[in-house]
Amino acid sequence: MNKVIQVEGLTKMFGDFTAVDAITFDVKKGEIFGFLGANGAGKTTAMKMLIGISNPTSGKATVAGFDVYTHAEDIKKNIGYMSQKFALYDDLTVKENITFFGGIYGLSRKRIKEKSEALIKELGLEKVASQLVGSLPLGWKQKLSFSVALIHDPKIVFLDEPTGGVDPITRRQFWEMIYKAANQGTTVFVTTHYMDEAEYCDRVSIMVNGKIEALDTPKKLKEQFQAESMNDVFLKLARSPSPALPKGKGVNVGENYNNGTKSSPLGS
Amino acid sequence: MGISISNISKSYKNVKALQDISFDVKPNELFGLIGPDGAGKTTLFRILTTLLFPDQGTATVAGFDVVGDYKEIRKNVGYMPGRFSLYQDLTVEENLNFFATIFGTTIDENYDLIKDIYVQIEPFKDRRAGKLSGGMKQKLALSCALIHKPKVLFLDEPTTGVDPVSRKEFWEMLKRLQQKGITILVSTPYMDEAALCDRVALIQDGRILQIDTPEAIVKHYPKPIYNVGSNNMYQLIISLKDYEFNHSVYPFGEFVHYTDSRTDFNPKELRHYLESKNLIDIEIEQTEATIEDTFMELAK
Repeated sequence: MNKVIQVEGLTKMFGDFTAVDAITFDVKKGEIFGFLGANGAGKTTAMKMLIGISNPTSGKATVAGFDVYTHAEDIKKNIGYMSQKFALYDDLTVKENITFFGGIYGLSRKRIKEKSEALIKELGLEKVASQLVGSLPLGWKQKLSFSVALIHDPKIVFLDEPTGGVDPITRRQFWEMIYKAANQGTTVFVTTHYMDEAEYCDRVSIMVNGKIEALDTPKKLKEQFQAESMNDVFLKLARSPSPALPKGKGVNVGENYNNGTKSSPLGS
Repeated sequence: MGISISNISKSYKNVKALQDISFDVKPNELFGLIGPDGAGKTTLFRILTTLLFPDQGTATVAGFDVVGDYKEIRKNVGYMPGRFSLYQDLTVEENLNFFATIFGTTIDENYDLIKDIYVQIEPFKDRRAGKLSGGMKQKLALSCALIHKPKVLFLDEPTTGVDPVSRKEFWEMLKRLQQKGITILVSTPYMDEAALCDRVALIQDGRILQIDTPEAIVKHYPKPIYNVGSNNMYQLIISLKDYEFNHSVYPFGEFVHYTDSRTDFNPKELRHYLESKNLIDIEIEQTEATIEDTFMELAK
């Protein structure tokens, strides 16, 4: 099974608002897949359907070989998930967190012990293994929580803005961990607002107003949009009026911005 | 009417949040405080907006002392905290009215200052603040921080978690506010935003690493820096890290930024080494340092 995520025409509606509008894509085994889009474009809603916690309105999707409608529980067992907002319990120690998540995923005590020791050693956390996670610097927490998301050797790991606010050195160490996991065959599905991180992905999709408007390797996207960087690609593509604003006004607002400044400061 | 900070220190229990911080923000300057979470940015903002006493040192904002003249400072500054802190169960218009009234003014009196920003959320003026999208909340918070026409504006991570399009728009708003004569101190964890400030202070672990214009910070990077590319990013990073002469190896988009520990570095040698590691499509080209390179070099 080479394709670990297969999505076809996947749609989610809230009342008459279409949050995710018939998206179609595949993700291959061992691929690092960047899932980008502006705030409110529908990324989180799409991700919730893929990890089995929100039922689609229509369309098809299988994740790790399981159908999102009928086998959501199997999906949860076979994926890892980490988000910036919730990752670990601050009032449990490093070891307790590892044991807790190992237990949740049904690992045996022996296996948890092995995993725990290996993981603490690999991350260099020996000295703080018995400290509360809440007392650790953010960067350490994020690296630990990524490792914990991989504790049950999932086929796919979903990372929702894993590096927000993290210092630049730790952010790069984090990406080295991602490369390593992908190199060992784990599929990585990641969202980020750092456009340099989009360049680290094998392929990138960009969502605009519920639809996937672009999907390719960073290199090909840059060629396609005649852009120097993924940041430029993103600005060209996602720079549509906010979906929450009435269309006429939104367009006017955009034009005022362009007249009000000499050049695009972030684009250079 | 700027900000002057002298030898400010602040500790919480055994954490040194700020250690002997000194710098000035000139009147009408757009000054950036650049650093990751936990660097001490919010602590400094809270001291400057009179919400927290420093353990040591002094500071003035718009000419007023942050301890002695706290009432004057509160009248003269606008503060947008990192966490959304308006009244969720008041509407957009009610929030704005509330803040105007507290500061003894009206929406009409200073409308020209917030007009550009407020028109974007005005269609939703009867919606409760708690029901707004992230981008709209941010615009309302900025409108409320500006409604009393402050001399100095403090913005604590206004763009964290915001997508690149909205970030760009937010910075364009800041530039226009600066043109209206307001002094702005803004913090951000996004290093690329440093280039949009007049001057920046790089901060980590409660210490200032460097203060200068973004151009000067980049220019003072101590070593020649190279873009290295190949067919396999992961193997490339591992190989470069194993290379005995490496000084720093950091992935940067599609390339790795590499600096060498020797003064007589020859790119050809590195190419041979990478070829010996079975990498192909090797590219090695000198490039310009970025603010992030400088930050990482200083924070090493």
